[in-house]
Amino acid sequence: MMAIFQTVPALPQAVDYVRILPEIVLSIFGMIIMLLDPVMDERRSQRTLGLIGLVGTIAALAATVYQAQVRFWGLGFFGMIKVDAFSVFFHFVVIAVTLLVILSSYEYMEVQQIRAGEYYGLILFGAVGMALMSSAMELVLIFIALEISSISTYILAGFRRRSAISSESSIKYFLLGSFATAFFLYGVALMFGATGSTSIDRISAALAEYAGTGHGPLLAYLGVALMFVGLGFKVAAAPFHVWTPDVYEGAPSPVVGFMSTAPKAAVFAVLLRIIFEIHAPGGTWLIWVAAALSMCIGNIAALVQDNVKRLLAYSSIAHAGYLLIAFASLPANGIPAAMFYTASYAAMNVGAFAVIGHFAGAGERFVTLEDYAGLGKRSPVLAAILTVFLLSLIGIPITGGFFAKFYVFSAALQGSHPLIGLVIIGVINSAVAAYYYLRIIVVMYMREPRDEEAPVTPISTGLGFALGLSLAVTFFLGVYPNPVLKYAALSVGLLH
Amino acid sequence: MNWLDNNILTLVTFAPAVGGFLLLFFPRRDRDIRVFALVISLLAFVLSLHLPAHFNRGLAGFQFDKDVSWISSPNIHYHMGIDGISLWLIVLTTFLTPLCVLISWNSIHDRVKEFFILLLILETSLIGVFTSLDLFLFYFFWEATLIPMALLIGMYGHGRKVYAAVKFFLYTMIASVFMLAAILWLYAKTGSFDFLVVQNAIHSGAIPEFSGAAPLLLFLGFFLAFAVKVPLFPLHTWLPDAHVEAPTAGSVLLAGVLLKMGTYGMLRFNLGLFPVQSRANASWIVVLALIGIVYGALVAMVQPNMKKVIAYSSISHLGFVVLGIFSFTQAGLNGAMFIMLAHGVSTGGLFMLAGIIYERKHTYEIAEFGGLATPMPKYASFFLFIVLASVGLPLLNGFVGEFLALSGAFQAKVWWGVVGATGVIWSACYLLWMYQRVFFGIVKHPQNNSLPDLHLRERIALWPTAIMALAMGVAPLLWLNTIDPAVHNVLAPFTQFASKMVGQ
Repeated sequence: MMAIFQTVPALPQAVDYVRILPEIVLSIFGMIIMLLDPVMDERRSQRTLGLIGLVGTIAALAATVYQAQVRFWGLGFFGMIKVDAFSVFFHFVVIAVTLLVILSSYEYMEVQQIRAGEYYGLILFGAVGMALMSSAMELVLIFIALEISSISTYILAGFRRRSAISSESSIKYFLLGSFATAFFLYGVALMFGATGSTSIDRISAALAEYAGTGHGPLLAYLGVALMFVGLGFKVAAAPFHVWTPDVYEGAPSPVVGFMSTAPKAAVFAVLLRIIFEIHAPGGTWLIWVAAALSMCIGNIAALVQDNVKRLLAYSSIAHAGYLLIAFASLPANGIPAAMFYTASYAAMNVGAFAVIGHFAGAGERFVTLEDYAGLGKRSPVLAAILTVFLLSLIGIPITGGFFAKFYVFSAALQGSHPLIGLVIIGVINSAVAAYYYLRIIVVMYMREPRDEEAPVTPISTGLGFALGLSLAVTFFLGVYPNPVLKYAALSVGLLH
Repeated sequence: MNWLDNNILTLVTFAPAVGGFLLLFFPRRDRDIRVFALVISLLAFVLSLHLPAHFNRGLAGFQFDKDVSWISSPNIHYHMGIDGISLWLIVLTTFLTPLCVLISWNSIHDRVKEFFILLLILETSLIGVFTSLDLFLFYFFWEATLIPMALLIGMYGHGRKVYAAVKFFLYTMIASVFMLAAILWLYAKTGSFDFLVVQNAIHSGAIPEFSGAAPLLLFLGFFLAFAVKVPLFPLHTWLPDAHVEAPTAGSVLLAGVLLKMGTYGMLRFNLGLFPVQSRANASWIVVLALIGIVYGALVAMVQPNMKKVIAYSSISHLGFVVLGIFSFTQAGLNGAMFIMLAHGVSTGGLFMLAGIIYERKHTYEIAEFGGLATPMPKYASFFLFIVLASVGLPLLNGFVGEFLALSGAFQAKVWWGVVGATGVIWSACYLLWMYQRVFFGIVKHPQNNSLPDLHLRERIALWPTAIMALAMGVAPLLWLNTIDPAVHNVLAPFTQFASKMVGQ
């Protein structure tokens, strides 16, 4: 915090550029794709540009690893950016998700006959915004990053141009999303009014003066509430979740895998900063209510869904609820628990949507539960893989989903004021949730296929890699969560 | 040898799962897959024989101890170890699995690879439940048994298999969530998942919050998870469905081992961690067990379906186990342990026999049979032998356990013993009556005349159960001399507790 009050140099230092190296790499590759797209043969561009996108994400991952060295930690660009274990963790999650999504999009785009190279460019630009969100220390910069990531995903959601529901999905997401970002911006403005700054460090220092009195300035309460509305929309937390099922249903499956994990991880990173670093007043109760509502609404609505994408949309609302429990806990346990949850949720959800995208076939015609009947027989390998992801979403041991829930619940039970009520709601909800995930497994394995069955195509190399990676991560987090949790725990001291 | 002693539990536990993993890469040649599964399950059995062979009967504590740190935050250890209680349950599991492979040889012809993979994974998780000494590890394996079992029922069962599988899964899963909550509470207060550490902390009074309603709630959290598994009346309704629809191998492991996870859990965790609460709640638990004994038997009597008879008989027999455990007497606990093993062997045998006739007739309806002793004499004699073992004929395995458990119950409260003893009569009624209707008299349906008798593979699967039924009945001490010190250990806090009461 001291760094901010020292005299800052007039120009950015060289090391500052290392601190945004992953973003730079992603932007460069994104621009290469955009420049090459118009000059390339349309039929061949898809493959080449996808490959460039792939190389770009791998380079960005390498940049993140390089940046992770402790000597590069610290504030950059006059205190607007901070690189530390926290930002590196989320960079890694976001870029890894991008990598998986590009791998699984390859085959999907061919099957759907979407010939548009800018798809990969948009994914990379989206990733830039999300990565920036996790290292930004300025509310205005956070807003810009949020917009970069959102605008990319608005367009991506409408990429199945021939389908009406995809366009509906895009428009809906765009209108409601802009509305929500406006809320966020309004919240930032009020916060500025209350504390005289948009820098997270300064806001935190300004609010610390009120620490002894037990309440903050009224404007700050309002500001936090409005920011929470905007961010709550982005993570699909109830009561700001209404857009989710429609948007997820219409958007291309790999994109759903992308936008249900990477932007969420980034927004949760922002939320962690606002809750734990600013010590936002009144945050705990907002989160308590949002967590309880998200879990209940998400799970109950998911029970009656027949469309697998809609079902997983409601499940993602519920998962946002579980995750929010960690935000209401003490920072020492809540921060690593939340970070671990985003990582493991990212692995299993991207994987699940990759499988769904493969099963869906041309035009995404096969996405209802009925279409999944007998898949265990027709496509045993993919069915088994999807089963693992679903079991992980339930939270069955030896999958990452188990430890994710475990850490969140145990974080909530620690401290002098354990959140027993919230944990009970959460535990009951995870039992309810088991039912609808199991329904998919049951249909796949125990129901005979219909007469008109969805065609089963072989898995392409890219998809195979994507599934293998997410499967490996899901199991790794479920068997040996130690290293990831330890790395996440480094952030505790950094944030508060 | 020392290395083997150190790692034998790991080897026994994970040998089947490794085998299952290797099966993944097998080409779909069903015969090879079956042979490989048989070899792996036999290997696990041979490895598990190392345990009784090198078990030190003089020691009361846990042996073959293996304790390494697994996850540092939360503090989870890979802690395995066995005493005289878990020892035999492990051997029972490894004993039954090869028989399951044999009995599924031809009856499973669709998706063979998946079947044996699931069976081997199930074996690993079952053994893991009995070897774990870390509460977290225990929960881990406990939940891990669910998925392969539910899939076995749902994919390879018959009739309303999906309904049965989902019901089984939801019942046990929801109940075990409460156990998880209790485990987490204990961890939050003690900072450890280690069974022995937690036990020490509770018994020495090191947990200040362990007062008021907390101990009772914790006791109930564990108890509910175990009671559903046993199953204790009135939580038993999943069992008949699951048993009837399950494939034979599934039923054998379900009745033979899975139900014992519940009673093992009561013995190890409810009695081990919460002696005071166990004592305080014994009366209503025993009443439920007695209802289970009588009700299970009466319902078994009127079943038209052979497998349902055996399923309800399990409810009745497991009632004896719970009765023995909550009598808190040396004899009662010894008896409970012995019934667990004996029931595993004989009910496993009964389910295999029922599966054999199903393979031939595709029905379990008793009314479809009658006079089977004429076309299938070998089958009839095996069946009679196992039925008698299950009924509790002296010199066979069922007798020893029931005798001990009932004598324990009599020592505790006379009326418990009286009501429980009627169960012995009932079991003779329903099993012998079923036997009479299936095997005696003239052949009612002419097409049954041509039913083939047991062939070699089936006889190989059945002989071990028959031999074990006899051996356990003739020489029960071979088993009891390891069970007894372990049980004594479990009862130690109770005798202290009793002497404290007398002292006041």
